[in-house]
Amino acid sequence: MSIEKMEATELLGFNKFEVDEEEPHIVLDKEICKKCQEKPCLTVCPAVLYTLDKNGDISFDHAGCLECGTCRVMCKNKGIQKWTYPRGTFGVNFRYG
Amino acid sequence: MSGDDKFDAIIIGAGPAGSACAYTLAKAGKSVLMIERGNTPGSKNVTGGRLYSYALDLLEPGLWEEAALERKVTHEQIMMLSKEQSVKIDYSNPAYNLEGQIPHSFTVLRAVFDEWLAGKAEEMGAMVACGILVDDLIEENGRIVGVKAGEDDMYADVVIAADGVNSFIAQKAGVFGDLEASTLGVGVKEIIELPAKTIEERFNLKDGEGTALLILGCTEGIHGGGFLYTNKESISLGCVFTPTEAAENGRQIHDIFQDMKMHPAILPLLEGGQTVEYGAHLVREEGFRGIPQKLYKEGLLVIGEAAGFVINVGYSIRGIDLAIVSGIAAAQAIISGKAPGPAYMEQLASLKLLPSMKAVDRYFDLLEIHRLYSTYPNIATDVFHLLFTVDGNEPPNVKKEMLKILKENNLSVWQLMKDGIRGVKSI
Ligand SMILES: Cc1cc2nc3c(=O)[nH]c(=O)nc-3n(C[C@H](O)[C@H](O)[C@H](O)COP(=O)(O)OP(=O)(O)OC[C@H]3O[C@@H](n4cnc5c(N)ncnc54)[C@H](O)[C@@H]3O)c2cc1C
Ligand code: SF4
Ligand code: SF4
Repeated sequence: MSIEKMEATELLGFNKFEVDEEEPHIVLDKEICKKCQEKPCLTVCPAVLYTLDKNGDISFDHAGCLECGTCRVMCKNKGIQKWTYPRGTFGVNFRYG
Repeated sequence: MSGDDKFDAIIIGAGPAGSACAYTLAKAGKSVLMIERGNTPGSKNVTGGRLYSYALDLLEPGLWEEAALERKVTHEQIMMLSKEQSVKIDYSNPAYNLEGQIPHSFTVLRAVFDEWLAGKAEEMGAMVACGILVDDLIEENGRIVGVKAGEDDMYADVVIAADGVNSFIAQKAGVFGDLEASTLGVGVKEIIELPAKTIEERFNLKDGEGTALLILGCTEGIHGGGFLYTNKESISLGCVFTPTEAAENGRQIHDIFQDMKMHPAILPLLEGGQTVEYGAHLVREEGFRGIPQKLYKEGLLVIGEAAGFVINVGYSIRGIDLAIVSGIAAAQAIISGKAPGPAYMEQLASLKLLPSMKAVDRYFDLLEIHRLYSTYPNIATDVFHLLFTVDGNEPPNVKKEMLKILKENNLSVWQLMKDGIRGVKSI
């Protein structure tokens, strides 16, 4: 394969994740997000996990999270209700870092 | 150990700070428990990738010879990009890599390096517990006496927060407030596998030699820059952005980074390679001015990036070496038998960590000049275009053309001088 411009989903496909299905480590309050004008999460999440759905509402999936913490420090309107590190052994496993 | 369930020290986080601390304490015969949330030490960590070797030598002279390092850096390069053009400066100095001496710096992969260093601490007798997230601190009468992880409570004479940039532990203890987005950078990075031989041919390196390349002008004017490090059999390619400015810019940082990868000056360096990982991590950018006077509380010391120990001078980032040095400082403070908090602050001074950070504090002002991230790289390539173009026409008047270039880039001579003066003052 040659080097090419890749979508975030493709790039995340190279990583090893142990997804915690029971306890997501990031939880949003969709009502607050609805009212949030700036929505910085759309641009700053390196994994592009924050997207807009058909209705223009924020949709988010914690499965590909790289655990950087950028969304947490950028979300001024507190739509992020909970942000913790995943429980031990869960989440991303970098093999190179 | 005093009692079955109490350690001399519990360290939260097995990054370079935690492991250096654990190593030094265990070597001195202290009972140490180091707790890491990742499945293995390093599995949650991402760096650019260079380690300044003096720190490793401070931990244990000669240890570097068996360390999990990639290549010794023999070429320091700075590249400036405009849309399609590029200017590259290459600096090499044999004195950095003299025979029989520890090379000046190495490229590293953190998942590999951190696991190795934690293993060394383990060999010294430290206990390393992985896959456990520390949830909270245990406080009794204003003193930190242990940690909580899930259902488990663990106790120690001193707890060391080595939990990196998003230090919830230091925050919980009240040593730090919450992080301010404008004082951070977010780094994104691809690891691209390439055969060692290809890397060596492409970068003009001998066996074991490596390149550290800094890239300016690839962030659409956002405070930040790119980096490329050659590893043994891969390339670390990444970009750091100030997230507040990235949000204003409106384009996904992921997208801007992918464009940098495809730049005509970068792509040929990667051609034929295979991406094997995509990572991201925050990094502190504020330097000395962001560090509180007191990096401790009764029963708790804060080390490494949790304490804000990163030096970003624009052309290089130092965090791993400072993490190691602060780990040693904390361990020595504990070993000294004096009150650990004040002794730790003294050690940070005598190991030159805080003085080093203070000495480069004004770089922060220099890096605030936005023109560094787009205007100046554009001007540089325009100037070289002017100097190198030969087309059979009468060569232009260089002075006149230079002024035109400044004008085209919306920069007045006056502004250029002001930036120059500010730059000189900053350093
Ligand atoms: C893109 C980028 C490029 C960089 N480039 C360089 C460079 O070239 N050279 C350089 O020297 N520095 C560089 N840095 C900075 C450097 O990577 C960091 O400063 C350094 O890793 C800090 O080390 P640390 O041990 O303090 O923290 P970390 O390496 O972050 O380690 C913290 C550890 O604590 C664990 N942890 C966190 N919370 C908990 C918890 N509650 N319970 C259990 N475990 C926990 C984490 O999993 C992690 O293993 C760069 C940083 C970035 C982001
Ligand atoms: S922590 Fe980082 S990767 Fe995870 S959702 Fe937030 S910004 Fe995206
Ligand atoms: S997550 Fe935060 S930044 Fe994103 S839309 Fe919701 S409130 Fe706004």
